[in-house]
Amino acid sequence: MTNNKPFEPVIIGFTCNWCSYRAADLAGTSRTKYAPNIRLLRLMCSGRLDPTFVFKALANGADGVMITGCHPGECHYLEQNYKALRRFQLMRRTLEGLGVDPRRVKLVWASAAEGAKFAQEVTSFVEEVRALGPLNWGAGENGRVAEYQSTPQEALA
Amino acid sequence: MSDKPKFAMYWAASCGGCEIAVLNIHEKILDVDANFDVVFWPVAMDAKYKDVEAMEDGSILLTLFNGGIRNDENAHIAKLLRRKSKLLVAFGSCANEGCIPGLANLSPVEDIVNTAFHTISTDNPNGIHPQISYKMPEGEIRIPTILPRLKTLDQVVDVDYYMPGCPPESHQIAAVIDLVVQVLQGKAELPPKGAVIGAGNSTVCDECQRKRNVKTINSFNRIFGQAIDPELCLLEQGIPCNGIATRSGCNARCPTAGAQCIGCYGPAEGVVDYGARLISGFASVINSKDPKEIDTILDGIPDPTGQFYRFNLAGSLLKAGAPAWKKNGG
Repeated sequence: MTNNKPFEPVIIGFTCNWCSYRAADLAGTSRTKYAPNIRLLRLMCSGRLDPTFVFKALANGADGVMITGCHPGECHYLEQNYKALRRFQLMRRTLEGLGVDPRRVKLVWASAAEGAKFAQEVTSFVEEVRALGPLNWGAGENGRVAEYQSTPQEALA
Repeated sequence: MSDKPKFAMYWAASCGGCEIAVLNIHEKILDVDANFDVVFWPVAMDAKYKDVEAMEDGSILLTLFNGGIRNDENAHIAKLLRRKSKLLVAFGSCANEGCIPGLANLSPVEDIVNTAFHTISTDNPNGIHPQISYKMPEGEIRIPTILPRLKTLDQVVDVDYYMPGCPPESHQIAAVIDLVVQVLQGKAELPPKGAVIGAGNSTVCDECQRKRNVKTINSFNRIFGQAIDPELCLLEQGIPCNGIATRSGCNARCPTAGAQCIGCYGPAEGVVDYGARLISGFASVINSKDPKEIDTILDGIPDPTGQFYRFNLAGSLLKAGAPAWKKNGG
C-alpha cells in the first residue's frame, strides 16, 4: 500500500430474509449505530449460502465475511440454518488449509427482534477483522496470492 | 511439405500422462497421421522452438496443450503456440485447472526449491543450488525461471476449447479426433468457442451405477479398513467421494471399481468453484445439528484442502494458499 489511509476493513454480510435481515432493518429503524464497513446481501435463507459466495468475496477484495441466519430451531425453512452451520464449519477448515485465517468468516444467529444484537455483532466483527489487518487476496497479480512469495530470483539466489 | 492441416501437441508443467493417453487411442493414432501433418510434438518427435517460431501465424490447425504454466519457458511456448494455432485446446487437468502441480500453489517458491534440493530425501552432498543464469567462457547460459505460482493455460492466453481429465479418457480423445476429422471433411461443425469437449455435461454420479438413497452421514471414513458395499453409493457409506461435483465423461471408472471419485475431470457444468461446491454438498448430508458433533464428523476429512482442491487449486477462486498467514495475520 502506497497511501497512508488507515485500514478500513471491507466486510460482506449475508443475511436471511426472515430473521437476520429483519434484525438489520430493526437496527436501522431504531437508529442503532454500527460500523459502516459491512455490505449486506439478502438471501432467502442462510441455507442458500453457497460457499462459492464466500470464496468469491474473499478473492475479490473483502477482508471478512459475516454469515447470519435465524436461531437454531427457528428457521423459516425448518432446518436449513443447520445446513448453513455445517457448511460454515467445513468452510472454515478449508480456508485454514488455504492460508486464510478462519476468524475472517463468522456465523451469527439473530432473530427479527435482535436489532441491537445484530448491530453489536457487526461492530465487534469489524474490530476483529481490523486487528487481523487487510487480507488483500486480490484477484489479480497485485494481491497477496502473488505478493506473499518472494521473486523467483530471490528464491534461487 | 504436405498440404495436410498441421497438428501440434505440447507439454508444459505436467507428468506426461496426457501424451500416453493420446497414444492409448491405439490404431486411431493412424487417423491423426493420415489427416494431419504433425509439426511439433516434443515427446514424440524432434523439433526445435525456432522451427515453430518460423511458422506463419495461425498455420497450425490444432494444438493440444497439456500442462500448467509453471515457468517462463511454459509461458513463452503458450503464447507462441497461441499465435501459431487456429484452435488451441487446454488438454488435460493441468492446463484446465492446475491439477497436482497446482498444489504447489500452497507453498512459496523458496519452499519448493528447498524441498527439491535441500531436504533429507535428496542426495545432494555438495549442496548444489540452481542458478537462473551462469557465465561460461562461451557466454551466459540460462535456465527457465520458476513463476511465483502455477497458472492454468487460460490464465495466460486465450483458449478455444477445454478438454478435462487426468488424463483425458482415451475414448474421449478418439471421439474428439473423429469430430475434428469430420469437420475437416465438412461433415460436422465445431462446437462454440470456449466449450468443454471430450466430456459430459453432468456429474460423475449421473454415470455411476451404484444405488442411491437419501444420504445421511454419521461419519466420514477412509476407503480401507471397512467392508464396502459393492452396490451402494460410496458417499452414503461415509466415503468422501467427489463424484457429486465432478464432470462426467469417464463412465464413473473409480466408483465402479470400488474407489471414490477424486475429481480429476474437474468441476461439473456450471460450477464456479469446485471445492466450494463439494463443501456445500458434503456439509448438506452430515446428520447432525450439534456444532461439537459436526466437528467430530468433520475430523474424518483430515485434509479438506487436499480433498476439495486436489485438481482444482490453480483454477479455483482463491487460486493459491497463503502459508504465511500465521506469521503476518493473513
